[in-house]
Amino acid sequence: MAVYLDHAATTPMLPAAIEAYVRALAVVGNPASVHSQGQNAKRMLEEAREQVAASLGCDPIEVVFTSGGTEAINLGVKGLFWARQPRTRILVPGGEHHATVDTVEWLERHEGAVVEWLPLDALGRIDLAAVAAAIAANPDDIALVTLLSANNEVGTLQPVAEVAALAASRGIPVHVDAVAAYGHVPIDFHALSRAGVAALSVSAHKIGGPVGIGALALSRRATVEPLLHGGGQQRQVRSGTQDVAAAVAFAVAANALQDLSLENARVAELRERLVAGVSASVPSAVVNGDPTPENRLPGTAHFSFPGCEGDSLLFLLDVAGISVSTGSACQAGVPEPSHVLRAMGRSEVEARGALRITLGRSNTVADVDALLAALPAAHARAAKAGLADRVPGR
Amino acid sequence: MSGGVDSAVAAARMVEAGHEVVGVHLALSRMPGTLRTGSRGCCTVEDSMDAQRAANIIGIPYYVWDFSERFKLDVVDDFIAEYAAGRTPNPCMRCNERIKFAALLEKALDLGFDAVATGHYATIVTDADGNRELHRASAWAKDQSYVLGVLTQEQLAHSMFPLGATPSKAEVRAEAAERGFSVANKPDSYDICFIPDGDTRGWLAERVAPATGDILDREGNTLGRHEGAAAFTVGQRKGLQIGTPAADGKPRFVLEVRPISNTVVVGPKEALAIKEIAGTSFTWCGVAPAHPDIAFECHVQIRAHADPVPAVARVVAVSADSTAETSASHGTGAGTELVITPAESLTGVAPGQTAVVYIGTRVLGQCTIDRTVSAVSADSDGAGGTDGSADSVSADSTVAVDA
Repeated sequence: MAVYLDHAATTPMLPAAIEAYVRALAVVGNPASVHSQGQNAKRMLEEAREQVAASLGCDPIEVVFTSGGTEAINLGVKGLFWARQPRTRILVPGGEHHATVDTVEWLERHEGAVVEWLPLDALGRIDLAAVAAAIAANPDDIALVTLLSANNEVGTLQPVAEVAALAASRGIPVHVDAVAAYGHVPIDFHALSRAGVAALSVSAHKIGGPVGIGALALSRRATVEPLLHGGGQQRQVRSGTQDVAAAVAFAVAANALQDLSLENARVAELRERLVAGVSASVPSAVVNGDPTPENRLPGTAHFSFPGCEGDSLLFLLDVAGISVSTGSACQAGVPEPSHVLRAMGRSEVEARGALRITLGRSNTVADVDALLAALPAAHARAAKAGLADRVPGR
Repeated sequence: MSGGVDSAVAAARMVEAGHEVVGVHLALSRMPGTLRTGSRGCCTVEDSMDAQRAANIIGIPYYVWDFSERFKLDVVDDFIAEYAAGRTPNPCMRCNERIKFAALLEKALDLGFDAVATGHYATIVTDADGNRELHRASAWAKDQSYVLGVLTQEQLAHSMFPLGATPSKAEVRAEAAERGFSVANKPDSYDICFIPDGDTRGWLAERVAPATGDILDREGNTLGRHEGAAAFTVGQRKGLQIGTPAADGKPRFVLEVRPISNTVVVGPKEALAIKEIAGTSFTWCGVAPAHPDIAFECHVQIRAHADPVPAVARVVAVSADSTAETSASHGTGAGTELVITPAESLTGVAPGQTAVVYIGTRVLGQCTIDRTVSAVSADSDGAGGTDGSADSVSADSTVAVDA
């Protein structure tokens, strides 16, 4: 039986969510239809929207369901950028998820955006002084600020409210990518929105819901240009027949976040055991991200193993029945040195040897101990194989 | 697993032979091409997906290993540099030598594997003393022992070629179809994998800056101008644009490309015939011959699909001066040279090409050709071939490619 330690990639669906999903799939009716079956579907959809809204601390009307986190981020970033034309500047920290990086780079290539990358410190935290300085330089030309609330690789939390306050003082909207944070740290969109956050993206499958649905919490005061045009569903912001069954299953997972603090405390303890064990068995390992518990995601442990390729470790652990991640992957499966570690000023060698281990609901002490038992041998072999650019026959 | 039919069948056969098998796809480019029609390479997203689907059907784990940096340095950059130096490199041999049976094999051994199996058509035979020999495949039409000629005894000891005994490619395709592989009818790749549209000359022209220079006859008289020496191929007849006709009225062919002086030498067709080839950069495949300095009979093959030609070969000592400018970066022959004299003259031979030496079906070794000697002397100065310096080499864009 494989030990699953990659909950940040996706976490198992809750049995109750699967059950609700299947049941809802059997219900006939387009929620936009006027007849009673359509009304029944609409009722299920709006009940789900209310529950998701509750988990985000926003009003139901502020929840725009999307096909997932990537679409939510695209809608938040592109939508705000277009709505704010002719302003051109986008402020973005380094080390963002590719859904943001590739979106702002696309806007730069095709829509005349000017992207300004803001520095991270060695722990992966944004430099507020740099944010303030960037905003102070011609604030009238800034279309938006976008940032992760928790880094999906190293787990460091960002001072979102402080960034939003700096932006709000000049009327600049902020988009927050909360995909990695959702379910692990409380999200209060009302408070964030008062501080200046216009939009916030989440995804259902990171919290035990299904893949294929996410949401953009969009402040009722904010305006975004839609990506999709059609039937005008969801405030004209996101046209397309709404996926009732997925929304219902999403809502079941969102409801289950009510016992967040107990579960997160349990997972944080597992992480402590994991980090201590890795540091003891492989002393050269570097623990990445902010070590202070209140400044980080509870279940994310991120390491660099200098002299190893992260993908060698991943392979060897996989063979030993343990699923972990290097933290980043591209379509062709070619591992890249972690761009997050590079943004944190770390060396190429440390960025290559990155390994992300993320704990979740299904994990126990036995799972952590299984990893700790397999790691020393895997590390020894991966270190022997060395880096991919080594000269053969050395 | 390249995503082609051969490696998929090879993997399946390894599983059935009782080995514990893991499928590995080599990522050789950081910028894999988009979805191309058919297969012209080995590093597209589609190829990677095809390889993974085959691994799924076989029921083995599948991983992508990234060798893109080494591939760029050792194969792509080497190809450009060799070409710019007027030589005719074979990137597939270089990939076998530096990537598949070096970087990949070493990483695999370090990670705990025992061997690398590939879909190459060749056979490994173990002699009474446990030494490995590389032999031609049963299916001679698909035989790929030529491009494996660079392998050493140590590499052969950790290599397996499960397709070597298959009578024909058709059988491999039939087996693939029977196994349900989607790639059963995928076209073979004949092109250089990193040149997606197959336009080798155009690809190189973008990377090697051309400069105009003189076209000379064998006596050194200037006959015309060219737009860049590297664009010419030994044996080429068309496109020379020489105003004055030859004295004898016969057509003229490119005999040599001299990159350092940026000149192209032309002459009669007969002068293309080569009676001797030699190189200082040679390796033995498996056990080395006991007395390579005593001339021995063999067959020589100068391209992947050329016919083997009877020849006599021997290793001779050479002075340091004459080897100084030749590329001896990866051979055993420092201070020595492998000289091969074919029984009949060869055509279409250019420095940079690899000559593989066979004894019967066995690959004895290989040598990168540094110099050639023409079978026909020029009338006045006897300059019938290249003179061993790095400035007298030939370029051939028709690079033979396998696997």
